[in-house]
Amino acid sequence: MATTIEAPRSPYSRAPRSRGINWEKWGWMYMRASGLVLVVLIFGHLIVNLVLGDGIKAIDFAFVGGKWSNPFWQVWDCLMLWLAMIHGANGMRTLVNDYASHRTTRGILKGALLFSVIVLITLGTLVIFTFDPCPAGAPADLLASFCSAS
Amino acid sequence: MSRTETGTHAPGSLAPTGKRPQGTLYRGREGMWSWVLHRITGIAIFFFLLVHILDTALVRVAPEAYNAVMSTYKNPIMGLGETALVGAIAFHAYNGIRIILIDFWTKGPKYQKVMFYVVIGLWVVTMAGFVPRHLMHVFSEVG
Repeated sequence: MATTIEAPRSPYSRAPRSRGINWEKWGWMYMRASGLVLVVLIFGHLIVNLVLGDGIKAIDFAFVGGKWSNPFWQVWDCLMLWLAMIHGANGMRTLVNDYASHRTTRGILKGALLFSVIVLITLGTLVIFTFDPCPAGAPADLLASFCSAS
Repeated sequence: MSRTETGTHAPGSLAPTGKRPQGTLYRGREGMWSWVLHRITGIAIFFFLLVHILDTALVRVAPEAYNAVMSTYKNPIMGLGETALVGAIAFHAYNGIRIILIDFWTKGPKYQKVMFYVVIGLWVVTMAGFVPRHLMHVFSEVG
């Protein structure tokens, strides 16, 4: 096979992308778009859960029960879950590409990332939307106050 | 080893003119350190996110199980860890906005160094507001 060696410093020409989606470009766009939304979602999450009221001291099952009986917080947390998990895993993919020098290592690490994204997004989404704030048989003092007001 | 140029540069090539390479955002000083910090904070946040989804999923197991794991988040050592986590998130958020401005704002690359110090300034203000309040919550739990 003949190898052509280009003249030194000949201008780099991008091969025109005639077909297919430029996934790397959309991944790059996704990091910025999701990043902006996540700033709002996560700062809101931190203010409501850690700053207002008694902060982390107040967080328990009843606190979550109160939040997730409101569709607003269910959607908020679900959106945060999907955006953050994909944003984070795509960032980690960049690091794997940069620092893992062997093809097999990269494959294993990126496979693990994909696996964790699928499992955790599925788990998290199911937890948010199948959550029961007043599970039968649970001690009433662990539940939100509205559970006993039946 | 002397760092003197040994004439390997062809005429007309971009030979370094100063002590460090010119014309790049990501080599040395503010540009590089913000990039390094962005990576480190990103990794830390990612691994916390994995744990955080799993611990929250315990609400689906039993109220007692969730409360048990939440009580570990309330001990002082974890409280300091949460402070570091919020610090990482705040830096990653502000520097992420700086990156977007570098990419999309015409004058972004010109002001990237200034914007780095704006990021640090905003971070200090955010932490000054958050840290005392959070540590108050955490340490009033002790005893």
